[in-house]
Amino acid sequence: MTEVTRNNPLDRIRDLTGGVGSRFRALPKWQRYAAFLAFVVFLYYLPLLGIPGLVWLRTDSIDGGNNWAGVLFTCAIYVLIAIGLNVVIGLAGLLDLGYVGFFAVGAYSVALFGSRQSPVVAALQNRFNLSEDWAVTWAVCIPIALAIAMISGVLLGWPTLRLRGDYLAIVTLGFGEIIRIVVRNSPSWSGGPSGVAAIPGPQGAPSPDNTVFGLIDVKPWYWLALTVVLLVVFGVRRLENSRVGRAWLAVREDEDAAAVMGVYPFKFKLWAFAIGAALGGLSGFLFASRGGFIEPEQFNAQLSILFVAMVVVGGSGNMAGVALGAFLLAYLPERFRDFNEWRFLVFGLALVLVMLLRPQGLIPSRRRARELKDRQEEVAPGV
Amino acid sequence: MSDPTGREVLLDVDHVTLRFGGVVALNDVSFQLYKGEILGLIGPNGAGKTTCFNVMTGVYKPTSGAVTFDSQRITGRKPHQINRMGVARTFQNIRLFPEMTALENVMVGTDSRHYTSVVGALFRLYRKRVKPEELPVVNSDNGLIRTIQQIRRTSAKIFGLSRHTLEERAGERKSLDLLRFVGIEQRANDLARNLPYGDQRRLEIARALATEPKLLCLDEPAAGFNPAEKEELMQLIKQVRDMGYTVLLIEHDMRLVMGVTDRIVVLEFGKKIAEGSPAEVRENPKVIAAYLGESADA
Ligand SMILES: Nc1ncnc2c1ncn2[C@@H]1O[C@H](COP(=O)(O)OP(=O)(O)OP(=O)(O)O)[C@@H](O)[C@H]1O
Ligand SMILES: [Mg+2]
Repeated sequence: MTEVTRNNPLDRIRDLTGGVGSRFRALPKWQRYAAFLAFVVFLYYLPLLGIPGLVWLRTDSIDGGNNWAGVLFTCAIYVLIAIGLNVVIGLAGLLDLGYVGFFAVGAYSVALFGSRQSPVVAALQNRFNLSEDWAVTWAVCIPIALAIAMISGVLLGWPTLRLRGDYLAIVTLGFGEIIRIVVRNSPSWSGGPSGVAAIPGPQGAPSPDNTVFGLIDVKPWYWLALTVVLLVVFGVRRLENSRVGRAWLAVREDEDAAAVMGVYPFKFKLWAFAIGAALGGLSGFLFASRGGFIEPEQFNAQLSILFVAMVVVGGSGNMAGVALGAFLLAYLPERFRDFNEWRFLVFGLALVLVMLLRPQGLIPSRRRARELKDRQEEVAPGV
Repeated sequence: MSDPTGREVLLDVDHVTLRFGGVVALNDVSFQLYKGEILGLIGPNGAGKTTCFNVMTGVYKPTSGAVTFDSQRITGRKPHQINRMGVARTFQNIRLFPEMTALENVMVGTDSRHYTSVVGALFRLYRKRVKPEELPVVNSDNGLIRTIQQIRRTSAKIFGLSRHTLEERAGERKSLDLLRFVGIEQRANDLARNLPYGDQRRLEIARALATEPKLLCLDEPAAGFNPAEKEELMQLIKQVRDMGYTVLLIEHDMRLVMGVTDRIVVLEFGKKIAEGSPAEVRENPKVIAAYLGESADA
């Protein structure tokens, strides 16, 4: 491979920042594992961050800054969203502009089944003669939320996945809005515009007696969300490096050629949609549990665009990239709160700059060279 | 199914017509392909050869007529089902998966014969016992890594290996063999889009073979090749046939077609104008007329 001479200053900056990832990938496997492990430990330590040189990273190190653990929690659920949306956009190549819909579905699942103040729980109490205090336990709400989100993904995907590219984007954009508007206009079962309160957490409905998952200390919530993120990373990684991941990429690259090679595009696109929806729902679930209260206007189309931006800025198709993108997009506006309205301008400029310098995203997707194990010796170095 | 001479018919194209609006791309075309032969499909530009492939692989549905493969109707089935029945193809305008490595491209092909899906890849509960030589190896000098390897080996001994792992291994091994067969093994880890043109054509053949077809359809595999490369490709096609595949070949280079095929079908303006051995077709006045002034090498 010949190296083209690159004199453009933009290119030179790109080269400078591009080497880190490939150098990391070149490390021996165990070193990468060790580095990852250390990084995970650091993530768990993050809400307690007190290392003198790093305290300035905390969002409460500035005047009027938000609770640091609270910001980290938001970052974690955004990372979860980015990983889910990356399955849909980055791997399967389906532009989904209505992802907030699944986020809302997950949030409303726990709200409507878990809160004593929800119309659904009230109806169930009446129907089955249950006590006033009854509501679905938080832990049981998890599979309910996952199932409802997944089903809504399949229901949206089934008729629309025959559409390609821009058409799919338009339909999904509509889906996100429809969820919000339907919820707002149906007070009889959804609480309508005034929302739903008293959404439970792991220790039940919000109350001052909740010792661990309370309202004041957000750290346990962050640790919970972080654990969920790590489990999801593990699962999605498994899918990526399997027949399923290859099918997604093949469909993304050339749907017709993939079909002729034996991949049933519809099946794998539907799976991508369902998995993406489940992860979006899971994120919404955590969001609602932590907040204890939700209302329809929290789930607007702007949020969908932010989600897509996280994926694109981070590096569509690369899990580490989209996680970084999500973290930065959630963290930076909080850290620079003292710039007031300026921060949105700076934020916008930063996005434009990133797209100029790294059009593939901060950490572009690069298919790892498969480790060829025992056959490695036979393979001559690239010509 | 077999014809009067006793040869087994693998593919039967039966009065197929395909219209695109006013254009009749295929006009009542019928021909048969016998097991184990190399059939050439030739004709001037726009004759309908690629369209014929598209009908055979389920990309287009014929306006009328039907295609039968291995005694089963193809027409009306989806492309991936037809692939599983045993039809594989390459594309005239190369259509690889550019952002995937050469090895992964071929593995997409081997995947068509595998079964692991989302649940299997995620939980890996479906396990099979394996022979001792297939167990994970313990070979590291580092104590910690060695221990981990030992644990993996022992657990594989007790619980077996997941279908995912076994399929992944088998697919990788077979894909590397195929890459070696077409002569680009050293390119296994390069992105398909970074391969030189000729290697991309070879990769397409490897990917098609990976789906374990009975019939391999090659759409102008030698386009853009120099004479030496064409010679190599001819040998490769013959080898493929000798391995038991049936081959359907679209090719403009007459020397290559005459040299490698057993029989030839000639299309012009969507109609079959001739069929027969290379020698017969070469002498056919209709074919000569069709190619006159069309291309100098005819
Ligand atoms: N999708 C399509 N829509 C409309 N017309 C088409 C389509 N596909 C093919 N055709 C027309 O059908 C005819 C046959 O095209 P085809 O590609 O099969 O020719 P070919 O024999 O493969 O030619 P070449 O040697 O140039 O590859 C042409 O007139 C072409 O314009
Ligand atoms: Mg053609």
